[in-house]
Parts: sequence; C-alpha cells; structure tokens
Amino acid sequence: MELSGGEIVIQSLKDEGVEYVFGYPGGCVLHIYDAIFKQDDVKHILVRHEQGATHAADGYARSSGKPGVVLVTSGPGATNAVTGIATAYMDSIPMVIITGQVPRPVIGTDAFQEVDTVGITRPCVKHNFLVNDVADIAETMKKAFYLATSGRPGPVVVDIPKDITDPSIKVPYQYPAEVSLRSYKPTVSGNIGQTRKAVKLIQAAKRPVIYSGGGVVLGEASKELTQLCHVLNFPITQTLMGLGAFPATDQQSIGMLGMHGTYEANMAMHDSDLIIAIGARFDDRVTGKIAEFCPHAKIIHIDVDPASISKTITVDVPIVGQVKPILLDMLAQLESSRETFNRARIGDWWDQIEQWRSMDCLAYDKDTDTIKPQFVIEQLYKVTNGEAFVTSDVGQHQMFAAQYYPFDKPRRWINSGGLGTMGFGLPAAMGVKFANPGADVACVTGEGSIQMCLQELSTMLQYDTPVKIINLNNGYLGMVRQWQEFTYKSRYSHSYMEALPDFKKLAEAYGHVGMQITKKEDVEPALREAFAMKDRTVFLDFITDTKENVYPMIESGKAHNDMVMAPSSKFKKVCL
Amino acid sequence: MSSQHIISVLLENEAGALSRVSGLFSARAYNIESLTVAPTQDPTLSRLTLVTVGSERTIDQIKKQLNKLIDVVKIIDLSESFSLERELALLKVKKNDAIVQKIDELSADALARIADETDDYLIIELSGEKIWLDDFLSSLEGDVIEVVRTGVIGLSRGERSLTL
Repeated sequence: MELSGGEIVIQSLKDEGVEYVFGYPGGCVLHIYDAIFKQDDVKHILVRHEQGATHAADGYARSSGKPGVVLVTSGPGATNAVTGIATAYMDSIPMVIITGQVPRPVIGTDAFQEVDTVGITRPCVKHNFLVNDVADIAETMKKAFYLATSGRPGPVVVDIPKDITDPSIKVPYQYPAEVSLRSYKPTVSGNIGQTRKAVKLIQAAKRPVIYSGGGVVLGEASKELTQLCHVLNFPITQTLMGLGAFPATDQQSIGMLGMHGTYEANMAMHDSDLIIAIGARFDDRVTGKIAEFCPHAKIIHIDVDPASISKTITVDVPIVGQVKPILLDMLAQLESSRETFNRARIGDWWDQIEQWRSMDCLAYDKDTDTIKPQFVIEQLYKVTNGEAFVTSDVGQHQMFAAQYYPFDKPRRWINSGGLGTMGFGLPAAMGVKFANPGADVACVTGEGSIQMCLQELSTMLQYDTPVKIINLNNGYLGMVRQWQEFTYKSRYSHSYMEALPDFKKLAEAYGHVGMQITKKEDVEPALREAFAMKDRTVFLDFITDTKENVYPMIESGKAHNDMVMAPSSKFKKVCL
Repeated sequence: MSSQHIISVLLENEAGALSRVSGLFSARAYNIESLTVAPTQDPTLSRLTLVTVGSERTIDQIKKQLNKLIDVVKIIDLSESFSLERELALLKVKKNDAIVQKIDELSADALARIADETDDYLIIELSGEKIWLDDFLSSLEGDVIEVVRTGVIGLSRGERSLTL
C-alpha cells in the first residue's frame, strides 16, 4: 500500500485502534486534515481551543485507560497545547500529540507560525520526535504510542513538517506490529528478593499503613490492591490521584492523606511503624515537612519509575516494577507464609485509628442559611448513587469533591493533581463522555476555573456530550482567598471577581440548560432535575457560602500531626 | 556532603539528544561543571562525559533521571571505580623565558608542549587530570591571555567498560 505522509498519520492512528482525535486545523496540518476528510474510521472532534483538545484527550485517557490523541497545527496550535501536555505529564497520562511543523526547508527561518515545538515541549513530555522523512512517520507513530503507554506512562509529541505530509509524495506503508528501543526497557516484574524483604516487614509491623496512589489506577491494579488490603486487614490511605483504586466506603479506608487529608489518615501516617507506598510518589502536598515525615516508620516503596525511589524521602525497601505483578507476588508469598492477618493482630492500632476517626474531621457547619459547598458535593453523591465520573478543576471545589464524594471505583475521579491546571475540568468531562457515553459525568468547578476553558461548551453541543456542570460559585478564587486568610491576615489581594457572567444565560446562549440555585433546599431537587435530563448538558450555578474553607489543612511546610481543623469541629483550633 | 562525580553517558547520536541532557540539568537545578560530547566508534552512538557535584542523594537522582531519558542508552559513574581521567587545555601567553623553561620541564612527561609560536605569543597545549590543570593555570596567574578547556573525559581502567 502506497500512502502520502498525511494519509500515513491517519492510517497509523487507525491501525493503533484510535477512536477519537481531539484537534484543531491550521496551515501546517492541512494535508493531514484532508486525509481525515477521506475516511470514517478515526473520528475527529473539533474543539474550540487547543488547550481544550489536550484536556479532552486527557479525560478520555484517564477514564478509559487508552491513550488520548491530539492533533494541532504548528506555532500557536502547539503552544496552546503545552498546558495540557504538561498536565498529562505531571500525572503520567498516556497521550500522543501530533503537531504540524513548518516545511523542512524553512525550519529555523522564523517562518509564519513556526516555533521550536520539540524544544518547547521537551521538559514536559516523556519523549518527543521531529520526523524528518515521510518514510519514518509510521515507525515514529508506533514508537510514540509504545512510549506513551508503557512503563511510567506519559505524553509523547510527534512534530511533523508540512512538506512530508504532501499528498503527491507517496511511499510504501506498513504499520510495525511492534517496536523496540535499545535505550528503553521498562521494568515489569519486581525483584523477588525485595518483595521477600517487604513481606518480612509486613509480618513484623505493629502500626502499618498502606499509602497508595495514582500508579495503582494507571497500572490497573485496583483489584490486587483491594485483595492485599483485605488479606492484611491494614488501614489504607489514598492520595488525590489514587482515589477510587480502593473503595472509599470500605471500613479499612481512612480517607485521603496530605494537605487536605483526613485527621485519621495523617495521624496514622505520623504514628505508623510501616508505610507501604504503592504507586505513589511522595509529593510535597502529601509529605508536608520532609524532616518530620513518618518519623517512626520503615518504608516499602513500589513504583515503576526508579527515579521516584528515594527522590525526596529515603525508603528502606524499594521495589521497582509494575504494581500489579508485584502485588501478585506479594499476595502469593503472604499466602504461602500461612500467617493470618486478622484485625485483632493489630487491634490496638485499629482502636487508635477509630478514636481519631471518631473526631469526624470532615464535619462542617450545617446549621446555616447559605449553601455550603460540601453539602452540594454530598447531594451530588446521593443523586448519582456514587456512580458518576467526576472531573474537577483546581481549587477549593477540587478538595471538597475529593473529600465528600467517596469513590469506590478507579478512573471515576479525574483531576489535575500534579500540575493543578485550572480549566481542566470541562474539556476533561467532555473527553470522559466520549469514552463512557452512557455514564453520568459531572464537572465540579468554580466560577474562576470554569471561565478558563468555557469555550468548550460549544464543542459539547456540536458532539452531543451531555455533562452536568456543578459550579460552586462563591465569587472568590476560594483556595487563594483561604491562603490569604491564613497567611496574609485576610488581605484578599485580587482573589475576588467583581464582575461575573450570568452563568444560566451563558449556558443557554451555548444551547445548553442553565440553572441558578441560591437556596439550600433547592440543591437536591435541582441536581435530580439536571441528572434526569440525560441528553442535555446542564450548567448548575450554585451560589455558595463565600467564606467557607477547606479543612483539615496542613499548612505549607508543617508536619502531618500539625493540622488546622474546622472551627466548628470537636477539635480545639490547632490539633497536635 | 557534596562530592564530584564524572559520569559517562552513551547517547543516541540524534538531533536534540544533547539538549535533553543539558535541559535536564537546568530544569532540576543540578550542577554541571563540564560537559563534553562526540561520536564513538559506533556512529549511531555519542559518548558524553559530564562532571557534576552534589550530595549522594542528588548524584543518585542525576543518574536515575539520566537513565530515564529515552535517548540515553547506558551510563557509568567513573568515580565509582578506578578510572583514567584527562582534560586538554590550550592557553595563550605572552612569550617569556620563565614560561618557556617551565614548559620544557613538563614536556618530558608529555604534560605540556608549545603548540604554536609567533614572535611574541605562545599557545601551550596541556593535558592531564583536571586538578593538575587547575594548579598549573593558577601558577601562571596574570600571564594567561586566553584559555580554552575541553572538559574532563575518562575511561574505567581494566575490564570495566561502558559498551552496549
């Protein structure tokens, strides 16, 4: 089969089994777009801004486990995509981003819409390629998908100069069945000796905690993690990125840890004698003050990326490899040891944890006239039976969603944890809907974040991807306002938006349903009404308490046992 | 406790590979004292030698992060074993008897030679361990008009090698 470069790009996507490409045309990708026009297998979704394309592909990838694919033009097309590429990079999301480049003869001449895409994206991709020959396109595409989806996943950029996609130049096409790189051999199974050492520590532990993260979701090891937890009867805390890998409603779950983690999770980490870190990377939002992180604990760390081991926290037993085979090894060794790990074995530890849990650190003041943001999330959970895919933007609403919507399944909670990208939620929700057309999808957002990628409402109408937008509108950039209250004596520097659009009318202008909810008693009925409209995108603008804060909170640079608790809680103001 | 390490890297001989390495060092705020790169006997591979200073944890991270780069095929820390280290320098000085005599003494051990001579100026070629070059240069102090150094290169002695 002889194909042009443009056709090879699209045929490669088809051979890779790609369903959707999120993109935006422009000069340097016109040949590729012409190839898209001539086929029906790979469906192109025309977004309204390239950032939206990357987040939509990202949401698609996070919710399905399949790589997300983006196609944008050179210059501004590529630079607009950079935020979304960096977002995916920080959370290890498999994506392939195809960028048009100016024709080879004019590269380096400051040609129209020329940027050094490979240079600009280098620090925020797993790898990138500038393709120099039409004959190399197919193999480069295969390499891109292989790199994006194997080992520690991540985004890969393929930059293709316009002249090598020329329809008049045809070359023989064959998509490689597989590809290997001599310089890239990701570890799969863990070292059995290390696993044995880990099992010894597990057998000796008196105050163990399992600390699991996004690697369990990415590594499809939710089942094995759940099994391990149930075999061991150990408490488990999950990171923001890991939520849902182990059911949050299970008694062994002690909630999220870190800056806005639960009291019981952070206290358990602090007092633990054994931390079993599984697919988690000891992010600064998790560890707090490094010098006081888990001062009494030995640490086992399972991670596919050797560079994650002992990066910030020195660990005792590192096990490099994919989470799933390592957990299976561990389960097999535990079984052959014939030891029983019932709850009574660490009864004193569980008693202590239950005492911490009984403090009910997520209690909030329900006796108010205003709509509390936490209340909206609780009602959302109720109305969707805890079964929705929930995307979020970044800020207070993100933390409220993580705290008050207990996820029982992996890939249901979709947020920008590492980069913290405002504007992520709406396009990501659209991507989730493409991957899961029958599911309820909610985008929890705020009036600040939603305005950063609002234009995708138009795309959502065009492609009929009904999503429910839960806008927690308090008039403030809430998380910024909270930090200003805590550390800048309430000097609210530029965290209040004087003018906001009428979101109800705005949604209607985009062809969707808009609602504004100002009363507490209307919250649940409005949500029920919105979710009953299966085929419509509904923008629910909840006017919430303007000064609510996210609690508990470990302030920046403080230790796990140094949390600020809600003023209305059973705690004194600061709990040590 | 910081210490100096010489790390040798086998790199795919491809456009942009060097900038991935240098970009890694600037992005993660690692020190880089010298960096030198050229193709090897296998034209698909370049060998890069870099000198860096850092704590044990930092050096460990540098090696891991280097290995993570897709274009990095293999690395070796020359400081972990008995290795041979060399650096070449060219320096321009105003000609004077003291310098000529000094070079003469050193040339016996092949450490220095006069590579170019005009009426008033000399270009001196020096090669040796970095620390020796540092000492020699500081002994000349005000006499040096210009100096250019290649950065350190090295090989492990004996059987240990950085090959595919």
